[in-house]
Amino acid sequence: MRRFARFWWDFVVGDDWVAAVGVVAGLALTALLAAWWVLPLAVAAVLVATLVRATR
Amino acid sequence: MNDLLLVLSSFLASAVEMVEALTIVLAAGLTRGWRSSLTGVGAAALALAVVVAALGPALTLVPIDALRLVVGGLLLVFGLQWLRKAILRASGYKALHDEDAIFARELREAETAAHEERAGLDWYGFTLSFKGVFLEGLEVAFIVLTFGSTQQNIPLAAAGAAIAIVLVAVVGVLARAPLARVPENSMKFAVGVMLTTFGIFWGAEGAGASWPGGDAMILGVLAFVLVLAFASVGVLRRRRVVPVTA
Repeated sequence: MRRFARFWWDFVVGDDWVAAVGVVAGLALTALLAAWWVLPLAVAAVLVATLVRATR
Repeated sequence: MNDLLLVLSSFLASAVEMVEALTIVLAAGLTRGWRSSLTGVGAAALALAVVVAALGPALTLVPIDALRLVVGGLLLVFGLQWLRKAILRASGYKALHDEDAIFARELREAETAAHEERAGLDWYGFTLSFKGVFLEGLEVAFIVLTFGSTQQNIPLAAAGAAIAIVLVAVVGVLARAPLARVPENSMKFAVGVMLTTFGIFWGAEGAGASWPGGDAMILGVLAFVLVLAFASVGVLRRRRVVPVTA
């Protein structure tokens, strides 16, 4: 059961949980503001954050 | 245009995953025997068919906005994973994916693994092939189903994947070697860009936002993600070559 859960965690979330959390936050903010420009900016911020974490 | 991007995304994602699966199947076949290896491939294909048959019709029943929100979110998470690794590889922070090196490692491991026979099959060879094809195929199945259902055209997405699978299988059978010359790293970069693009587009629509210009705006999102990705590679490359000062 633990290995099964681990498999799905690796499959969906992957190496950096920040990306998954950032995406959920970006979608929530988009829904709140109903503005198209929110998600591209959120994705840019998440990508930069996850790259900084990977290279520091 | 969206249909073309849909087929192209399915094709590229499927091709890179199948190149990786082929490397594992070849290593298993050459060291543990083709019967066990190909039985593993067949069992994995059957398991994937069950997953697709169960999930495919279920996805068509979900309301389109809810589907786009969930699928957009998942594609974004997947896309950002692919894009992050591709950017790190392109900027030299992560080793390039090398099918020859992976093949050599798989061969070494398969040659030294203990022999255990179950149901008349070499169990290591069977499970190695099964896991390789099932795990790589699961991602392909997921991409095809989510892309297809959100664009309301699963057959078109499946066609892109099918062309890639047949192409890789035919070339693999002819070459009997890992397809190291396939520009896998560039293809992964392209897939990361496309998954992220579709994820942004559908995710925002599913969350209730409207794109100015409608579906045509997907090209604008694509351009945005491309600029973001190449700028990230440029910045990281410069950071790597800046000499450390005392």
